[in-house]
Amino acid sequence: MRRIRAASAAVTASLLAAATACGGGNANGGGGSNTAPRELTYWASNQGPDIPADQATLAPELKKFEQRTGIKVKLEVVPWSDLLNRILAATASGQGPDVLNIGNTWSASLQATGALLPWDAKNFAAIGGKDRFVESAIGSAGAAGKDPAAVPLYSMSYALYYNKKMFKDAGVAKPPATWDEMVTIGRRLSRGGKWALGAEGANPSNNIHQAFVFSHQHGAAFFDAAGKPTFDTPANVAAVKQYVDLMAKDKIIAPGNAEYDKNQSLQDFANGKTAMVLWQSAASSFKAHGMKEGDWGVAPVPVPAGGTPGAGRNVNSMVAGINLAVFKNTDNLDGALKFVEFMTGDEEQKLLNATYGSIPPVKAAQSDPAFAGEDSTVLRTTLATSAAPLPQVPEESQFETAVGTAVKELFADAAAGKPVTTESVRAKLTKAQQQMSS
Amino acid sequence: MTNVPPAPSSLTPAPPGGTAGPGRRGAGRARPPGRRRRIALPYLLLLPALLLELLVHLVPMVMGIVASFSELTQFHIRDWTGAPWAGFDNYELAVDLNRPVGEALLTSFLTTCRFTLLSVGLCWLIGTAAAVFMQEAFRGRGFLRALFLVPYALPVYAAVITWSFMFQRDNGLVNHVVHDQLGLGGADHTFWLLGDNSFWALLTVSVWKGWPFAFLIVTAALQNIPKELYEAAALDGAGTWQQIRRITLPSVGPVNQVLVLVLFLWTFNDFNTPFVLFGKSAPEAADLISIHIYQSSFVTWNFGAGSAMSVLLLLFLLLVTAGYLLVTRGRRHDDAR
Repeated sequence: MRRIRAASAAVTASLLAAATACGGGNANGGGGSNTAPRELTYWASNQGPDIPADQATLAPELKKFEQRTGIKVKLEVVPWSDLLNRILAATASGQGPDVLNIGNTWSASLQATGALLPWDAKNFAAIGGKDRFVESAIGSAGAAGKDPAAVPLYSMSYALYYNKKMFKDAGVAKPPATWDEMVTIGRRLSRGGKWALGAEGANPSNNIHQAFVFSHQHGAAFFDAAGKPTFDTPANVAAVKQYVDLMAKDKIIAPGNAEYDKNQSLQDFANGKTAMVLWQSAASSFKAHGMKEGDWGVAPVPVPAGGTPGAGRNVNSMVAGINLAVFKNTDNLDGALKFVEFMTGDEEQKLLNATYGSIPPVKAAQSDPAFAGEDSTVLRTTLATSAAPLPQVPEESQFETAVGTAVKELFADAAAGKPVTTESVRAKLTKAQQQMSS
Repeated sequence: MTNVPPAPSSLTPAPPGGTAGPGRRGAGRARPPGRRRRIALPYLLLLPALLLELLVHLVPMVMGIVASFSELTQFHIRDWTGAPWAGFDNYELAVDLNRPVGEALLTSFLTTCRFTLLSVGLCWLIGTAAAVFMQEAFRGRGFLRALFLVPYALPVYAAVITWSFMFQRDNGLVNHVVHDQLGLGGADHTFWLLGDNSFWALLTVSVWKGWPFAFLIVTAALQNIPKELYEAAALDGAGTWQQIRRITLPSVGPVNQVLVLVLFLWTFNDFNTPFVLFGKSAPEAADLISIHIYQSSFVTWNFGAGSAMSVLLLLFLLLVTAGYLLVTRGRRHDDAR
């Protein structure tokens, strides 16, 4: 009898385990409900130098939110490398957080899954209205003609960061404003084991940001008006080649950068091994690596010869940034809206963006003196006048991978001393385009 | 042609632990409760394992097979059962060598075959050599044996990420030793994680990680060989090499057959090593099929095509395993005769 009881206990336990593995879902398909009004789960992206730094920054703010609303927020900071897959898994299983960060370039791709709450007039009204946000930031929150899939949280743009001491030692008075100057100055800086410019050659996302800007400067685009890929047009080939040539032909990027994909170029910059990096809101990372404010200068990213940063061919940055999205099947829609209202409120916008060195996408917060420094002024001006959003098409994330990987392979060729020719660049881009179209 | 009648009931085996017969046939006569429990118990005990097997293996496998016949992309991931039916389109895409997807899959498959052959061969060779060497008692044998098992005991992630640091071009230990200390390979540091060398870097890590398992298994098999065989052989004048060839290798034969099969399956499917070493997209020379399928599914978000590739891989592995078992079973029967 005892044996039977033991056996049935085992069976019951395994059935329970099975039931909990399958069940416990909160998928209710509709526009969210409020069955758990006292709690929220929030996936924040890794913005600071590391995950504990983010936890330390966000914890007091979440506490503040709890004191005001009585809603407890469970925080998880997700590293960039995992974020997209985590979101996809959450979408497929319906077991996601209530509120989450997404990279703004993924907006249209994730919008296509239908898992994110659309920000229609009613939802925007709940957080103070759409007009509070900068227009270009809203433009990178979903496909044109649709309600945005997310709300802008932190805005960023690329800038040229340069090491003042290395410039002085090499007798260079000011940072390059055009690519021709970049190459001339770069050759003076690249000697004695030191290099002019850093790159994250093995990081497809970073590659795509640079390729996108070069493509604009060549008057090209990676998608046509109908949303079809046009990766291997002569202008795009020339654009990608110009970027990779900074290592292959001009030799102002160290070959070792071809294997960088964990922000090693920032470390090299802080250690005085490279004199310049093209980066978005890098100040807090430099400080974490031991640099002091004033050790580095900030200038706009170079443009083609004779030009000054502006719209059209003189675009010199993508509209970078983080958006805040709500999972459609949240158990606490009201709470999620309150949380988004809190995070995009003037007060939090000033505080969080100042901490992360980003620019508030909320107009009222931008005028705060915290964003009047040299760094912020360059980033803000770039965002306002010469940044363009990456293509807001559903295939955006595939595009990042396909073209970003092609550039990675070209950097590998350049590093290994293999020739990087118009032909070899075209072959890689054609292959990337065929992968997208299949 | 007549239909074969169902097997007579007398051929059914008698239930264990009791006399078959009257109790079974006697209509309306209930079995004693104790016996019923005894019959039910094994099944009850098996049930949890069966249920978990169903949940952990069979259900996902069936889901994967269904997905391989659908157009599953980000548009349908939220409600994947509603993805449009694709028939054999995904399979055609995967095997069409005139299109980039099929061509890349074939390249990756061939790379994986070459990699598996080399890795399994080296793991087996090093593991067996070490096991034979460690048969003789000597000072420090226990310590050495423990040391050999370190790669097997370490968490894969930690070990492989350490290797990735060591293979870094500018700051890695490998180049420091090869170029700076030994003065080999010229003045310029070599790239190990980019280009063609990445294959050799991956192979090194795979063998480092895999051979201790071979060592462990072969050691266990060696310990089962009676000492008398060697003593008799020595008396007959057989040297060390002859003893290894005539006694050791044949005696560990059956274990080796299983060992090679397991190493083959593990290596062919290995995902962790290339993923930690190279990230989401491996260099072409080290683009193993597991990473390749991952990229098709999770990076380019074509889950249907990725599933089709997985099913093809599963079929290939099943075929190879079945063929291997048939051949080795035949050999075992020959040995028995």
